[in-house]
Amino acid sequence: MGEMGEPLVRFDAVSKRFGTLTAVDCLSLDIRRGEFFALLGPSGCGKTTLLRMLAGFEAPSEGRILLDGEDIGAMPPHRRPVNMMFQNYALFPHLNVEKNVGFGLRQEKVTRAEIAERVDAMLALVRLQGYGRRRVDQLSGGQKQRVALARALIKQPRVLLLDEPLAALDKKLRAETQFELMELQRRLGTSFVIVTHDQEEAMIVADRIAVMDRGRLAQVATPEELYERPNSRWVADFIGEVSLLEGRFSAPGVFQSMIGRIEVADKTAALGETAWLALRPEKIRLGMDRPAAAANAVAGTVFETGYRGDRSVHKVRLADRSLMKVAVPNTAARGERNVATGDVVWLSWPADAGVVLTQ
Amino acid sequence: MKRSAPLRRPGDSRLVVLIPYLWLLALFLVPFVIVLKISFSQTVMALPPYRPVLDLAAGWTGLKDFAAHLTTDAYALLGSDDLYLRSYLKSLEVAGLSTALLLAIGYPIAYGIVRSPRALQPLLVMLVVLPFWTSFLIRVYAWMNILQRDGLLNDVLMRLQLIDAPRVWLSTDTAVYIGLVYSYLPFMVLPLYAVLEKLDPALLEAAADLGCTRLRAFWRVTFPLSLPGVAAGVLLCFIPITGEFVIPDLLGGSRTLMIGQTLWTEFFSNRDWPVASAIAVALLALLLVPILFYERLQKRAIGETP
Amino acid sequence: MRRTSAFNVIAVLAGLAFLYLPIGILVIYSFNASRLVTVWGGWSLAWYRELLHDDAMIAAAWTSLRIAALSATAATVLGTLAAVALTRAGRFHGRLLFSGMAYAPLVMPEVITGLSLLLLFVAMNIDRGFWTVAAAHTTLTMCFVTVIVQSRLIGFDRSLEEAALDLGCPPLRTFMTITLPLIGPAVIAGWMLAFSLSLDDLVIASFTTGPGATTLPIRIYSEVRLGVKPEINAICTIKITVVALGTIASSVIAKRGASRRAREGLGIQM
Repeated sequence: MGEMGEPLVRFDAVSKRFGTLTAVDCLSLDIRRGEFFALLGPSGCGKTTLLRMLAGFEAPSEGRILLDGEDIGAMPPHRRPVNMMFQNYALFPHLNVEKNVGFGLRQEKVTRAEIAERVDAMLALVRLQGYGRRRVDQLSGGQKQRVALARALIKQPRVLLLDEPLAALDKKLRAETQFELMELQRRLGTSFVIVTHDQEEAMIVADRIAVMDRGRLAQVATPEELYERPNSRWVADFIGEVSLLEGRFSAPGVFQSMIGRIEVADKTAALGETAWLALRPEKIRLGMDRPAAAANAVAGTVFETGYRGDRSVHKVRLADRSLMKVAVPNTAARGERNVATGDVVWLSWPADAGVVLTQ
Repeated sequence: MKRSAPLRRPGDSRLVVLIPYLWLLALFLVPFVIVLKISFSQTVMALPPYRPVLDLAAGWTGLKDFAAHLTTDAYALLGSDDLYLRSYLKSLEVAGLSTALLLAIGYPIAYGIVRSPRALQPLLVMLVVLPFWTSFLIRVYAWMNILQRDGLLNDVLMRLQLIDAPRVWLSTDTAVYIGLVYSYLPFMVLPLYAVLEKLDPALLEAAADLGCTRLRAFWRVTFPLSLPGVAAGVLLCFIPITGEFVIPDLLGGSRTLMIGQTLWTEFFSNRDWPVASAIAVALLALLLVPILFYERLQKRAIGETP
Repeated sequence: MRRTSAFNVIAVLAGLAFLYLPIGILVIYSFNASRLVTVWGGWSLAWYRELLHDDAMIAAAWTSLRIAALSATAATVLGTLAAVALTRAGRFHGRLLFSGMAYAPLVMPEVITGLSLLLLFVAMNIDRGFWTVAAAHTTLTMCFVTVIVQSRLIGFDRSLEEAALDLGCPPLRTFMTITLPLIGPAVIAGWMLAFSLSLDDLVIASFTTGPGATTLPIRIYSEVRLGVKPEINAICTIKITVVALGTIASSVIAKRGASRRAREGLGIQM
């Protein structure tokens, strides 16, 4: 999935202000051809504003937006080769399914016969054959969503924008739809840009994710890179769960923290400056006895157990009163829990288990 | 989530604004300016019955000539003759009292509708509004039917032996009040209903939970929260009633002289346009504060002003 | 809030009785053979027959209907434009004045509005008659349309318009094919209100009318000043019936539309 020349979409130092509120702050970002891109972040981080600027419903206060190298800042939304799937679907209540899906084609000079043909093909693609004559208020949530998708895709846009499309669906339907979206994107080869606050969703569907915080980009990377190599404590904490140990490097690979001396595989960190070691819960081993041969080991008391079905995430209080999170797969048959609150346990991890963060 | 307001290009929106704007300027604002100007004119036996008439073709001298002939005679008359002052005061008195009556009668009706079963409410509201769709004039006339000397009210009262001889109901202040309350009731009930309907029933449950009796809960929770509706209803009745003409004319007597009738008489009977205009200007000045207050209320209701 | 007490029931019933009793009496007495209200002379259509011969009254009714239809349509167009301007045009020069003018006729005493319009026509040397009354009524009623349409526009789901734009529909066409059909009921309600206000108006019509353009209210008023007349009862009854039938018909049509859609939906699922 390498870059084929220019990026498809480029945000160039884009800012957006509403009165005194800065929603997007001097943000630069590239979106590549054929990729499934996610804008992820907490509420108010500006991801939806960024999407709406790409769609043309908001104009940037500063900066440029380029589509295939062309500055589309001044182009009104009805002329942009970009289509959006709205969060509340925004299906026209006074038109039936066929007319909703074919609406975009009626704005172009396409014959009625061709519109009918393409509408049928699109309905088949989203698995809604035969639903053409139905009225919008007769559809279920999942069906409405597929009509909204069909309506946006039928114009073969260069980019499809999805504004929190799965928020209203229940968990099972959401999982199914996520895979359907990925299938669709792969089959069509169109770039999809999805806005979501659900990090699990972003990790599942996206090729690359842009994590945003208060109008700025925190990190842009693949899901794996984001999870395994976050670039800051904020990102490490936002994605998944993490334990953060604060300390300093006294020598290459030697991290002095509040709980003692820790061996770290990364020998490139600067010495003497404050740094943090980020450890993901599944990389830490939990045992009742002190491990014989482990690079790093520390004892603690179980503060809280969190049973999640396939695994348990325990919070363990260490000697310096800090907490570490450990994930333990529930491999024992019949889910017998052998760790309880108050138990004294040993946590251990290899030298290459953590990531060194300097911010 | 934030949204920018304009959805169309500047050219289109200018046209949308311009058409109604021009109409209102021409047929609403300009006429008022003319009323103002004529209130400063002299009465003459001519067509039109006032002087000076602005002749723009006469250029600058025409303008000076125009200004020279302006006079405050009409206003002097207004101030000197006791009749006008009494008319204004009578109008304010009638408007105030009838608005109070409308509130006293309309509030229970609106409240009653809100407490009816949900499914019944639209029907009830429609029933309250339906008389409004039949003619205003007809409804006033209907009361003439009932209140006249050999009308229904006297007939019923005599049959019930509550009175011995037919009483005079028509051409009295009482008849005017009945007519006003009857005609303006929808204007009071509808804003009240609109506000009361949106009241969260959980608030009353919370009040009960915290120890309020039904009556206390009404005065301390429901009524204060319904005040915007009360204000809208009061203004929507008080302001037009002050200038009412038809009802006092048909149902009132010679003692009920409201300012609307005075204006009408000056204009149609006395053909004194300047004085009629002066009356209108003074009435407008009197009502300016309530009108502005109402506009403010309207804007707040649709969310323009916080 | 739903527990209905006796007081509430009485309040509502008493209120409705108060509202409908005079009208009911009027209707009944239009069929009274006797001239006097106190004497019941039996059922009769005599007054209706007299009405049919009253050419002046019929002409006045026809004039009123034409003026009402014309001014209601003009007021609906202008009022809808004003409502769109106030909700969608954002900030523009003179917006304060515009919104002030748009709402003022709602509360302005009619004698003031009527006088000012007449003085305008005189100053501009416009002959008074059919067209001046129509223009005056348009000005009066457009603010009612504005209020109704505006409150519908404010609750309108903007994402529908954005979706249409996104799919390539230019702004004007979006308004005509998406927004307008969906605020249609409000626009129609505005038209009906403007129509009935115009049909009913006495004061403004009196100021702005001219020879040959007597409206029905003017005619009725001139007769009624002299006292109660049974023919007036007859024409009032006719007017009430027409309005009542119109209101019932429109609500039946609205309900039937909804049930038709429900039946279609069921049909497909079966």
